[in-house]
Amino acid sequence: MRRWIIAVGALVVFAMMPLVLSEFYVTLLNYIGLASIVTIGLVLLTGVAGLTSFGQAAFVGIGAYTTAVLTTAYGLSPWLTLPISLLLTTAIALVLGFVTLRLSGHYLPLGTIAWGISIFFVFGNLEILGKYSGLADIPALNIFGVSLIDGRQFYYPIWLTTLAALLATRNLLDSRVGRAIRALKGRGVMAEGFGVDTTRLKIVIFLHAALLANISGWFYAHFLRYVSPSPFNINASIDYLFMAVIGGSTQVWGAVIGSAILTLLKEWLKDILPKLFESSGNYEIVALGLLIILMLHRTRDGLVPYFAALVPDMGPRVRPAATLALPSRAQPQAGQILLEFRQVTKSFNALKAVSNLSFTMKAGEIFGLIGPNGAGKSTVFNLMTHVLRVDDGEIRLCGERIDQLTGPEIARRRIGRTFQHVKLLPHMTVLENVALGAHLRGRCGVMAASLRLDRTEEARLLDEAAKQLQRVGLGDRLYDTAGTLALGSQRLIEIARALCADPVLLLLDEPAAGLRHMEKRALAELLGELRRTGVSILVVEHDMEFVMNLVDRIVVMNFGEKLAEGSPREIQSDPAVIEAYLGGVE
Amino acid sequence: MNIDIALWLAQDAVTNGAVYVLLAIALVLVYTVTRVIFVPQGEFISFAALSLATLQDGKLPGTVYLLVGGGLLVAILDGIAAIRAKSMHQLPKILTVNVALPLLVAALAWWTAPRTDSLWLQIIVTFAIITPLGPIVYRLAFQPIANASILVLLIIAVAVHYVLTGLGLVFFGGEGLRSRPFLDITFPVGVLNVSAQSLLVLFTSLALIASLWIIFERTLYGKALRATAINRIGARLVGIPARFSGQLSFILAALIGTASGILISPTTTIYYDTGFLISLKGFVGAIIGGMTSYPLAAIGSIFVGFLESYSSFWASAFKESIVFTLVIPVLLWRSLTSPHHEEDEEL
Repeated sequence: MRRWIIAVGALVVFAMMPLVLSEFYVTLLNYIGLASIVTIGLVLLTGVAGLTSFGQAAFVGIGAYTTAVLTTAYGLSPWLTLPISLLLTTAIALVLGFVTLRLSGHYLPLGTIAWGISIFFVFGNLEILGKYSGLADIPALNIFGVSLIDGRQFYYPIWLTTLAALLATRNLLDSRVGRAIRALKGRGVMAEGFGVDTTRLKIVIFLHAALLANISGWFYAHFLRYVSPSPFNINASIDYLFMAVIGGSTQVWGAVIGSAILTLLKEWLKDILPKLFESSGNYEIVALGLLIILMLHRTRDGLVPYFAALVPDMGPRVRPAATLALPSRAQPQAGQILLEFRQVTKSFNALKAVSNLSFTMKAGEIFGLIGPNGAGKSTVFNLMTHVLRVDDGEIRLCGERIDQLTGPEIARRRIGRTFQHVKLLPHMTVLENVALGAHLRGRCGVMAASLRLDRTEEARLLDEAAKQLQRVGLGDRLYDTAGTLALGSQRLIEIARALCADPVLLLLDEPAAGLRHMEKRALAELLGELRRTGVSILVVEHDMEFVMNLVDRIVVMNFGEKLAEGSPREIQSDPAVIEAYLGGVE
Repeated sequence: MNIDIALWLAQDAVTNGAVYVLLAIALVLVYTVTRVIFVPQGEFISFAALSLATLQDGKLPGTVYLLVGGGLLVAILDGIAAIRAKSMHQLPKILTVNVALPLLVAALAWWTAPRTDSLWLQIIVTFAIITPLGPIVYRLAFQPIANASILVLLIIAVAVHYVLTGLGLVFFGGEGLRSRPFLDITFPVGVLNVSAQSLLVLFTSLALIASLWIIFERTLYGKALRATAINRIGARLVGIPARFSGQLSFILAALIGTASGILISPTTTIYYDTGFLISLKGFVGAIIGGMTSYPLAAIGSIFVGFLESYSSFWASAFKESIVFTLVIPVLLWRSLTSPHHEEDEEL
């Protein structure tokens, strides 16, 4: 209730602004709003997903110039030029996204710098765009018969758009797709393992940011009623990026804070610095640069966390409950052949990491893969999960070849995995981390999430995540931040996340590594419990005692080859295994 | 276009391309060793060119103040750290390197400024002023958060670019400067009049590349840099501190930047903000090499030189657009030929 009062109060204050402030400050607020619209997209792209664009001002420019040319030279209505420029931006962003986003992170900034600079020179040299002197006499916007001529009138459409963009982006982040977006920064491999098509998702948010920039540019052209190349140069793009960085990465509201701080600071520095040094010069960019460096040295998350502390806490949250649970699909019949390796070989140059490996795992059993360091266990794991490609041989799951599939395709075959080095999103809650595992069990996309049409499905996904957390014994930690839990609990979160995928095969990569004795015992009990409910588990593990007491069958690897296969008892008395582990008798 | 013009443009292309090669090499070096996408590399070039031109005008270049001020800041930071660590014996060295030496350079520059006819002295002073700015920038901006993500480092690099460009305007004003040609000779080769200046650029670049190669292949320091580039943690474990390789790579980058700046100052009018565009062209070359391969980056840079030269003939207004748009097909090619697996990084 208190939150609503605060929100309504803030809205009223905002609505009153043009009535009490002078024209100068209203115009400044309009600029802050226009910058915020661009920066909201960048916060999502840069802050949340860890991708950088130096081309946002160029997208603003495309929006501004498209409407400027079409309204002045061709007499089109501004309401018609908006969709046209959005289409144009979509095409450009798709091309740019396609060529840069498949490559590693730093190609997007470099690609967008190049694009930003070349489009600036195009703006400045094309006859039809008025060259460097620009285009004037752009018609004013007309809303319901009212022509928006002065800054006070423009205030409302600009800030309503800002608010809409903020809400839509916040909604998006708090959804199934939003969790996947948050995983893009540093956890792409993990996300792919749960069926997230990371390349496509990166292109989608790049497009989202580009379209917001385009809308801001369209407003800009009709607000100023004049466009010239210089507000769309690379420095303007850098300013937008700085706004996103100042605001911070964690919350979309940071976009408004960052835009406000930078806009006001620049205005203020431009005013005060020349007086201070008694000469003209570009002192404000020096001061700005220094401030950014100092700020990043102190806090890499921007200033939002400081502002967030002022907002009252939301209080304890209750476990999500859905009226209808997510349907789980049938497990294969126990005893049926689940996983098959047929003469699989993988070499790294001269080194044969896996050589001619064959084994069969049946549904419903816990299968152990053990061997000394460098035996090829991790390679086997990576071959199954698309991280590496087989050179020769086949891997089959339920009779179907999976060694040629992509990460998300393998995830769709219902293989759930954990990682040797825990890969959680430390700043997200335990519940959200686990819900990411159920990514493929939901369907709602960006649009549905932005408009909050996904709430039924979202409740079911979170309900499933809570159930799996209860199953692994973490039912009371749902809203803790994942990074604050001990390693043992983090491994359990990973198992719950994998279970959320409703897997036919659970792959555990050294689940007992780094666990204390009691934690290991609890883990063994949990896995035994899962086996009783029909889950098939493949464990790669170092810890002999842990494996021997747990698994049904074992394959022992050494130097990339299968050394032995059998029940724990058979393995323990196998002379070849004893020799490999304890050294032979001279 | 006739053959004369084509050859003349080719000469221009090779001369410019040689500078872009140096630039791309510096960018690849800094990136592989420190993961910094060093946008301000171009500022070393413009600062060097403008400092040289200012000295030739008989005036003291403003970069001297930057050197002394930056050195002082480093001395304060390192001094405080040393005092906190109770290792007082480091203080004399810190003060000598960061305060006394810059002051000495400043004195030398002040003494040189009125002696406008001594080109060699001016060049030496320019090197002495600009090269130390590399490690100073590294110490102040990057070393405190050397382990941050590539993205954070990139944003800091851009902020450093802002600071240096703004200071450039203060030091040198908005007017462009050009230094006197070192060798004002041309000699005919076939139909072409080859200027000695462009030969000088070419040979100096080749000599620099050769000496870099020797540094990397034959010296312990060079090998330390290569080791850090290949495996940062591994290098640290065998006793190569990240700080050391970072500083070394920035010294080399600043050195290369200074040399490039001096080389192009007689042929191009340099403004306080010219460096940015030049360094971005070096980036285009470096991107062709995937930011990691020296030979590919060099080939890419020569290509950029040719593209720039010939497009300035055919479509001079769109010269920059054409050069920078080239990045897109290059990235497309890389994207289609190198299937990429992004490693998850630590959060």
